[in-house]
Amino acid sequence: MGGLRRLLILLLVVWTVVSLVTLLIELVPGDPAVAILGEQATPEQFAQFREKHGLDRPPFFFSFPRDETGDRHFVWHGGDNRYTDYWRALLRGDMGLSFRNDRPVLDLILERYPATIELAIFAMIVAVLIAIPLGVLAGTNRGTFIDNIASVIALLGISLPSFVIGPMLVYVFAVKLRWLAPSGRFDWSDIILPAFTLGAALSAILTRMVRSSVIEELGEDYVRTARAKGLSERTVIYKHVLKNGLIPVVTILGLQLGVLLAGAIITEKIFGWPGLGLLLVEDGIGKRDYRVVQGCVLVISMTYIVANLLTDMVYRWLDPRIRVS
Amino acid sequence: MNRLTIVGLIIVVVLVVVALFAPWIATHDISTTNLAMRYLPPSAQHWFGTDSTGRDIFSRVVFGARISLQVGIVVVAVSAVIGTILGAVAGYYGGWVDRIVSGYVFNVFLAFPGLLLAIAMVAFLGAGLNKLILALCIIGWVGYARLIRGQVLKVREYDFVQAARALGASDTRILLVHILPNAIQPLIVQASLGMAGAVLSEAALSFLGLGVPPPAPSWGVMIEEARDLSTLQAAPHALIFPGIAIALTVLAFNFIGDGLREYLDPRQRTR
Repeated sequence: MGGLRRLLILLLVVWTVVSLVTLLIELVPGDPAVAILGEQATPEQFAQFREKHGLDRPPFFFSFPRDETGDRHFVWHGGDNRYTDYWRALLRGDMGLSFRNDRPVLDLILERYPATIELAIFAMIVAVLIAIPLGVLAGTNRGTFIDNIASVIALLGISLPSFVIGPMLVYVFAVKLRWLAPSGRFDWSDIILPAFTLGAALSAILTRMVRSSVIEELGEDYVRTARAKGLSERTVIYKHVLKNGLIPVVTILGLQLGVLLAGAIITEKIFGWPGLGLLLVEDGIGKRDYRVVQGCVLVISMTYIVANLLTDMVYRWLDPRIRVS
Repeated sequence: MNRLTIVGLIIVVVLVVVALFAPWIATHDISTTNLAMRYLPPSAQHWFGTDSTGRDIFSRVVFGARISLQVGIVVVAVSAVIGTILGAVAGYYGGWVDRIVSGYVFNVFLAFPGLLLAIAMVAFLGAGLNKLILALCIIGWVGYARLIRGQVLKVREYDFVQAARALGASDTRILLVHILPNAIQPLIVQASLGMAGAVLSEAALSFLGLGVPPPAPSWGVMIEEARDLSTLQAAPHALIFPGIAIALTVLAFNFIGDGLREYLDPRQRTR
């Protein structure tokens, strides 16, 4: 895939996401102003709210408003509308003001962003730390009891969703053993449970991949050569087999970074982890602050797409065969 | 067929029976609350114990199977039908349909996480079973369309299709009678994995409060209700039983999907 084509697709995706988040707000049942201010607010308050957030402007290039008799008519508004407003502001780095507290949505997101990235990275570290030893162990002991145990662990990790694993970890480590706090982000140890919860599924997928990679690579000629040279089995596996076997793992890792970001929404909700996901679910959706929802969805998708793009580049760099073709 | 596939099939059959006959299998009313009976551990009276409002967890898990299967079946059926039609048309005719479907939809909709898209849609439309199903269908059909398009492109070139064309068969006939039956096998695998995905997504969205609203006995809702600290302390079983139900269901459909894939692809079978 050429660079230009990739750029074009990236632009198309950005355009689609922005259009989706700006147009979906029109589908909200009822009036956002009423949802935020309540039924008892005065007409002046409603008018002021609508003006401040641009809700008094035409929604799109055209619309079908009702007239006095209740019939709908086609009205053309031209380029001066809410959809183009959002785009114009966005290109200046402005995502609008929160409906609830009038703070810029961009500020709210930037405050929460580091916590989400931190969680995703720690989840990935947890997943790799579990998957590589477990996968190597299973792959080098193929068909044995150890292999079966590793498979069962991997299977559990894949089939138990985070919203089951998370509360179970809370039960064991916070309620019963009282080793860790059940929620929040105050102490360094607070990341342990969320990182395990978010990383569990990934570690299961990676374990399977590392296992089959190791098995495949062990059958290659260079392994026989390395062994014939008299290298220790440890050197053969960690220096030769893993180096080649990790290429597919790196791809999956990058693609999964995006999945982790989406999964972080649930994990953050479980642990009250103050990241983007919690901002989206509690402040955005929970309090019907649609500006916040728009911003969060936009930023999470963009991060996901950029992560995938970077993965692709790392993958090409790691495997010269792909670079050439 | 391997052992795991059979295990998966057995679990699914049990699940379907439980869902169909839920009113006869459930031992208690699922919405009657009784605070005097709350947090009871599993017993002969309450097989899975009771939750924070004294409702019988076994009966709620049983009725929860209905919601899960209902969402799974509708989402998979609708997505598969839409995906097959659009994928087949795009693959067979090419042209502008193909340019939109494979050039735009595949690249864009597979480029960001489906769950996020579903969350966004439900966030704006409001929570509810039908909206949840709608959102999952909108993100679901793309995978089927891509699969079928690829299959159609392959089968289209086979000799028997060329022969049918030479004999003067119409495009519709070629597509429906000759191509689709030969292109559709992998769809079964995808559908089975799709069931697992839909069940999981329903539970996840309901857990987030964006799916089926309480007091409906969705497994996701049950887990959300069971995870506050006082309930965890007093009644961990309120979390464990719906959790096991989700895990077994997802596992079963994944086993069936994997088994079918191996069965349909002889190259994998011989390994």
